[in-house]
Amino acid sequence: MLRLYDASFSSRLLLGTSLYPSPAVMADAVRASEAEIVTVSLRRESARGREGDAFWRLVRDFGARVLPNTAGCHSAREAITTAEMARELFDTDWLKLEVIGEADTLQPDVFGLVEAALELNARGFKVLPYTTEDLVVAERLLEAGCKVLMPWGAPIGSGQGLNNRFGLAAMRAHFPEVPLILDAGIGAPSHAASAMEMGYDAVLLNTAVAKAGDPVAMARAFKQAVDAGRTAYIAGIMPPRDMAAPSTPVFGKAAL
Amino acid sequence: MILVVNGEPQEAEADTMAAALEALGYEDASVATALNGDFVPKRKRAETAVKEGDRLEILAPRQGG
Repeated sequence: MLRLYDASFSSRLLLGTSLYPSPAVMADAVRASEAEIVTVSLRRESARGREGDAFWRLVRDFGARVLPNTAGCHSAREAITTAEMARELFDTDWLKLEVIGEADTLQPDVFGLVEAALELNARGFKVLPYTTEDLVVAERLLEAGCKVLMPWGAPIGSGQGLNNRFGLAAMRAHFPEVPLILDAGIGAPSHAASAMEMGYDAVLLNTAVAKAGDPVAMARAFKQAVDAGRTAYIAGIMPPRDMAAPSTPVFGKAAL
Repeated sequence: MILVVNGEPQEAEADTMAAALEALGYEDASVATALNGDFVPKRKRAETAVKEGDRLEILAPRQGG
C-alpha cells in the first residue's frame, strides 16, 4: 500500500485530468489507469460559461481523491492564495504545490517553493511539493513540514523520462523513509517502470496519457508499467555485471 | 462602479463581494474568490467590502496536471 499523509492507496499511479481529446476520453482513461488520486486545477470562470460545474461533476464520479495543483503560480504569495481557494473549492487540504521559476523548463522556483511550503504547512495543508532532485531543497521541504516529495523526472510535458537518474537514485537513497513520487517529464511506460524499479513510491503523469494516440489504452499501459516496476523493486533486481556469465550450466557440456 | 473581474473591467453596482458576485451573475456558481490577490472565503463574502477598481478573481474547478 502507498501511504501518503493519513491515507493509503492500492494504486501507485497518479493521473492528471488535462489535455485529453474530450471529457469522455479523460473519464475512460482515469478508469483504465485505476488511479486513486487525480490532479485538478482552478481557473477563471465566466458567469455565462460555467465550465467548472460540469468538470467537477465528472471528476467527483471517479470516486478518486482530488489533488488540486497551483500550476502557473510564479510566487509563494500567488501559490498560497491559490491553495486557499483550492481548499475551499475542492474541500480538501491536500495540495500539489507548484511554484514555477522558469518559463522554458517550467522548473520549480525552489526558494518560493520552500517559502510557500512553510506557510501552507502552518495553515494545515497536506503539501505534496513539485520539486527538483536537489537534496538540500528536499531537506528544507521536509523541515518545512512536507511528508511527501515529488521530484521531476524531466520538464513538464516534455516526455523526456528520467533526465538525471543519478540524482534521482541519490534522492531515493538519501530519504529511504520519505514517500517519493516521480512527477513530470514521463513520456513512455518504460520511464514509469524505471522510476518504480529505482524504488520510487509512485508516479504522477498527465501528458503521456492524454496526448497518446489512444489515451485509454495508454492509461492501461502505464498502470501495468507501474505495477511491473513496483513488483520488480520488491523482488530485488540483480546487480549488473561488466562481463558475460553463462546462464546455461557449463558442467555437463558435451566435448564434441 | 467598475470592478476588474478576472482581468476584465466590468460594471457592477455592489458594496460587498457577495453582492458583486450576484450582480455579475455568479450567484449559484461553485467558485472561489480573491480580492486584490487575497483569498476571500465564502463565509466572509457578505462582509467583505469592494470598491471602485478592485481586482476580483473568480475561479472554478478545471483540468490540471
